[in-house]
Amino acid sequence: MHPSHLTAALLKLLAASLLLISFAMLSRRRTQRLITLFAWQGAVLFMSTLLVAHSAGLRELYYSAALTLLLKVIALPWILHRLIHRLGAQWDSETLVNIPTTMLVGLGLVIFAFGLAHPISRMATTITRNTIGIALAIIFLAFLMMITRRKAVTQVIGFLAMENGLFFAATSATYGMPMVIELGIALDLLVGFFILGIFFFQIREQFDSLDLSNMEALKED
Amino acid sequence: MVLGLPLLGAFLLALFGARRYAAELNAGMSFSTLVAVSFLVLRVLRHGPLLALHEQFFVDSFNVFLVALTAFVGFTTALFSRPYMRIEEQRGRLNPQRLRLYHSMYQLFMAAMFLALLTNNMGLLWVAMEAATLSTVLLVSLYRTRASLEAAWKYFILCGVGIAQALFGTILLYFAAEHVLGREGMTALLWTHLNAVKGHLEPRVLGLAFVFFLVGYGTKVGLAPLHNWLPDAHAEGPTPVSAVLSGLLLNVALYAVIRCKVLVEGSIGSYLPGHMLMGFGLLSAVLGAFFLWRQRDIKRLFAYSSIEHMGIITFAFGIGGPIANFAALLHMTVHSLTKSSIFFTAGHASQTADTQQMAGIRGLVGVSPTIGWGLMLGSIAILGMPPFGVFASEFLILTTAMREHPWTTPFLLIALGVAFAAIFRKVQPMVFGESNAPPLPHSPALAPVFVHLAIVLMLGVYIPFALAEWYRAAALLIGG
Repeated sequence: MHPSHLTAALLKLLAASLLLISFAMLSRRRTQRLITLFAWQGAVLFMSTLLVAHSAGLRELYYSAALTLLLKVIALPWILHRLIHRLGAQWDSETLVNIPTTMLVGLGLVIFAFGLAHPISRMATTITRNTIGIALAIIFLAFLMMITRRKAVTQVIGFLAMENGLFFAATSATYGMPMVIELGIALDLLVGFFILGIFFFQIREQFDSLDLSNMEALKED
Repeated sequence: MVLGLPLLGAFLLALFGARRYAAELNAGMSFSTLVAVSFLVLRVLRHGPLLALHEQFFVDSFNVFLVALTAFVGFTTALFSRPYMRIEEQRGRLNPQRLRLYHSMYQLFMAAMFLALLTNNMGLLWVAMEAATLSTVLLVSLYRTRASLEAAWKYFILCGVGIAQALFGTILLYFAAEHVLGREGMTALLWTHLNAVKGHLEPRVLGLAFVFFLVGYGTKVGLAPLHNWLPDAHAEGPTPVSAVLSGLLLNVALYAVIRCKVLVEGSIGSYLPGHMLMGFGLLSAVLGAFFLWRQRDIKRLFAYSSIEHMGIITFAFGIGGPIANFAALLHMTVHSLTKSSIFFTAGHASQTADTQQMAGIRGLVGVSPTIGWGLMLGSIAILGMPPFGVFASEFLILTTAMREHPWTTPFLLIALGVAFAAIFRKVQPMVFGESNAPPLPHSPALAPVFVHLAIVLMLGVYIPFALAEWYRAAALLIGG
């Protein structure tokens, strides 16, 4: 088999596993499991970025792969684990609305994402062009997760998963954004994450739990 | 220079923000930024558009006017916040540490807005918008009450998700541009380069990108179905923050949308983006106006009024063409001046009565004539009564709408009428009537209010030639 075919096939495999992880995240109840899944998603993302970097021969992409590894596979999951330990929330689980329905909605979103991405993939020249639809699907699934969850920590994980999807979209459509931008995005992500960490403690102090269903004071009456 | 000063200010205030003179330092830094901006404005007026630092930064007649406005309102808000925050501290709602956070974040927020306005790079624009969101999240939750935490969380999640959509839009834009401009030299995200080749960019991709941009940055503008965060953040944050959020951040977000619209319209060659802006704008104007009726909290009332006005401005940009753009730019100016001055007076009014509930605020004129009359005049100005500038811009927008899209006129008139009745009915008893509230411990700095209103009045009666030229150039640049 030609090496580029092999890379393309491998990339498709990685993209597919990213999508699978997204679905798994939708169905998990335990916060701790979710963090592990998030770390796995980051790891797959790292591998696929590395593969693209290798096949396209772009040095910039190696840097962003390294950034992914540091930030999304090691730093963020570790901090999240520490956080939920300190908050005593590691065994938290939440009652989900209805997993089968959520899954079906998720399926619909994937089809919609593929339809939306079709004109773009036809134009793309990168070897990863078929995966743009998957990237969009990951973004939508993360979005769905943020809507259906009521816990602060899980909403944040959904937010981070959405960021992963965006990053995957950037690598698969254009081999990544310029380095300056990517650094800026990483910085914003990190700062935002720290702010959220501070928030967790403040919210718990004020509301005695991280359940966002307590937050219903500000509504139009 | 313009960027460096607020950053330096943020750093200095992070170090010294807890001392007594921090508020003066904050005002001083804002003032020096204003001076730097005035030099920049003079240079652009004399020599035309300016590119700097490997074309990463760029100033033309459209953004220089917003930069000037931002610096000016930033400075006056810093002046206002000095006595306001002292009173808050005395009442025990804040401690020196939070005050330090406040001052330092205030400058950081200004720096992020200047970066967003001045950058030529669409990616950096995104980064700056996100930075502006992050710095204001901490400002909104400054009081650490339940309500303010809830408001800040909502703000963060909604704007975070929204801005993620804008990032996808940026990726799509880069994707389309890369085919034309190539990866080399990093020009594929520079607005000036994109503008030069916009006719060659793939229309379908850009159309899709615009939807994401509009949803993303539109969330920050507070356009109708995505406006949920706005009243909460405005009502629960400290008043100076409400003033800069409403008067400046919304403008900056709208600026981002308009920059994208120029590119996309050039590429698609149809009026689709304009029509989308018109639809969203009209919906926000009408919805904002109707929600005004149900408000009991004075800051929420004016937050909804901001949604209504941003709707009107977006609508005017959607119509496009030199006159509507001119009117939209004028409305942007007068709205941010008037609205920030209203928030200044509303903040002191609620401090006087010790509540933000409008039912508890009575007889302001009796307690402090300046606050009372300031609020009254500000409300009259924002409602578009004739001598003020808001009237001029709203009149221009209405007549253009009648000519170009007659069917929209009734909606606009309903929005304006409903807003008028709602605000007037609620402000009047707050200003007049009996009250026995004690006067404030620190005399409020209300000079900014009257300076703002005087400028708005002047813009209503007579627009200086240089300013009119400037608006005209900007309006032409936006085209449409």
